[in-house]
Amino acid sequence: METIKNYFFIDLSVMLGRSMRHIFRSMDTIITVTVMPVALMLLFVYVLGGAIQTGADNYVNYLLPGILLVAIANSIGYTSFRLFTDVQRGIFERFHSMPIARSAALWGHVLTSLVSNAISVVVVILVALLMGFRSPAGVLSWLAIAGILALFTLALTWIAAIAGLSAKSVDGAIAIAYPIHFLPLISSAFVPTRSMPGPVRAFAENQPVTSIIETIRALLSNRPAGHEIWIALAWCVGIIFVAYIFAMRAYKRRA
Amino acid sequence: MENKAIRVKGLKKSYKELDVLKGVDFEVEQGSIFALLGSNGAGKTTIVKILTTLLKQDSGSVIVNGFDVSLNPGNVRQSISLTGQFAAVDEILTGRENLVMIARLRHLKDPRQVADDLLNRFDLTAAADRAVSTYSGGMRRRLDIAMSLVGKPLLIFLDEPTSGLDPEVRIEFWQIVRELADGGTTVFLTTQYLDEAEQLADRIAILHEGRIIVSGTLSDLKKLFPATKVEYIEKQPTLEEIFLAIVGKKEQK
Ligand SMILES: Nc1ncnc2c1ncn2[C@@H]1O[C@H](COP(=O)(O)OP(=O)(O)OP(=O)(O)O)[C@@H](O)[C@H]1O
Ligand SMILES: [Mg+2]
Repeated sequence: METIKNYFFIDLSVMLGRSMRHIFRSMDTIITVTVMPVALMLLFVYVLGGAIQTGADNYVNYLLPGILLVAIANSIGYTSFRLFTDVQRGIFERFHSMPIARSAALWGHVLTSLVSNAISVVVVILVALLMGFRSPAGVLSWLAIAGILALFTLALTWIAAIAGLSAKSVDGAIAIAYPIHFLPLISSAFVPTRSMPGPVRAFAENQPVTSIIETIRALLSNRPAGHEIWIALAWCVGIIFVAYIFAMRAYKRRA
Repeated sequence: MENKAIRVKGLKKSYKELDVLKGVDFEVEQGSIFALLGSNGAGKTTIVKILTTLLKQDSGSVIVNGFDVSLNPGNVRQSISLTGQFAAVDEILTGRENLVMIARLRHLKDPRQVADDLLNRFDLTAAADRAVSTYSGGMRRRLDIAMSLVGKPLLIFLDEPTSGLDPEVRIEFWQIVRELADGGTTVFLTTQYLDEAEQLADRIAILHEGRIIVSGTLSDLKKLFPATKVEYIEKQPTLEEIFLAIVGKKEQK
């Protein structure tokens, strides 16, 4: 068992390399997780932006946090799909009958989700810079933003893991993505919530995405994040905790 | 000196209501080819999964290469490899990448060399750098088996390795299994094809209704069959007839 522990990170890097190849060889994945959010950003800034009153002088600055979450949310169906195929095709069984740590296969997917989302987030930010995004935020604020985005990614990844590990069909595995895609749309991502009718506004203001967006917006503009940051953290950590327990249960049942 | 690669005693397993294994006993000699026969749903895959540490038994003892599968699963995994019922290959990677990946997970010195050798041996060199999704069923199965041989495991499990292969590829596959056994590897294979067991196995066990109803060499099994009938042509019983005869007898009781 000693040797297995020493090899854990090597095994994990093999798993990461494998799923990253899956991503880079799937045009569909790349389009959905980077091209689509960038297109959305272009659309909102250059077509709809003129008509949207946010109170901010630079709409790209307002929009960027929401676009980042859209990019992450878009990747979730793929994580679920990759897990599902590994279970379905017997790849996990092959790994589990080998002398490698049992959890390496699953953590490989989690790590892949973190790394691939980090890449698409950086790409989206670079495009935003070209479009005039500017931020006075310092290194600490950027680190805090990276941390919150990582937590958000983890929360969605573990939800995706539950779906991918317990689904009976491919459609079931990726269905989890649809409600998640909606969350950024009904939030303060594109327009301030005060313009929305009562019940929609109530939902928008009390769902996790809005608090995360408001936190990132505050950090980017060097405003104090206030209590939003704690609400955002509580959502992320709470979801990670619950989803992790259910995902692990599904993993043990499957494997 | 331990000369049994596998020892199974009183193995029981049920899925909820369904009693699949009701007390299975058998032993496999090191370096031999052992065939487990059974019809669909007999529990062959269930036995393979328990022996390869993928599934826990309800009761009974299972010793693989000297280690108990429930107490020391890690040690068991060091010396075995599994080729499951359905080819477990990565469709998006190339054949070479699949082999290199397994070699790296087995922590071998020179993964690329290991991959090259196996590609060569399994006649996959020409297709080595193509995505596996473009492979034919036979190529996929060959790659699957090649992946199981990475790191030269002492004992390999093949769960219905030839289902879905055309007759030519099957014969090719039998050759591979014989070579493995000649090299000292123990082979545990399950099959529904009685001629496959007849062709390959040193010992054969028949799993029926949760128990091994008969086991032995091919000639042992042939002795169990009622004396050959003399008709126009004298015909040796095939294993299929033995199987049906035994199953029929049991069911009459
Ligand atoms: N996870 C499971 N849950 C419930 N029942 C199961 C499960 N796995 C297998 N079974 C049942 O157990 C029995 C034995 O299954 P198993 O897969 O071991 O048979 P098999 O001999 O490998 O059959 P085949 O030749 O079709 O591969 C079958 O009736 C099957 O339906
Ligand atoms: Mg089976």
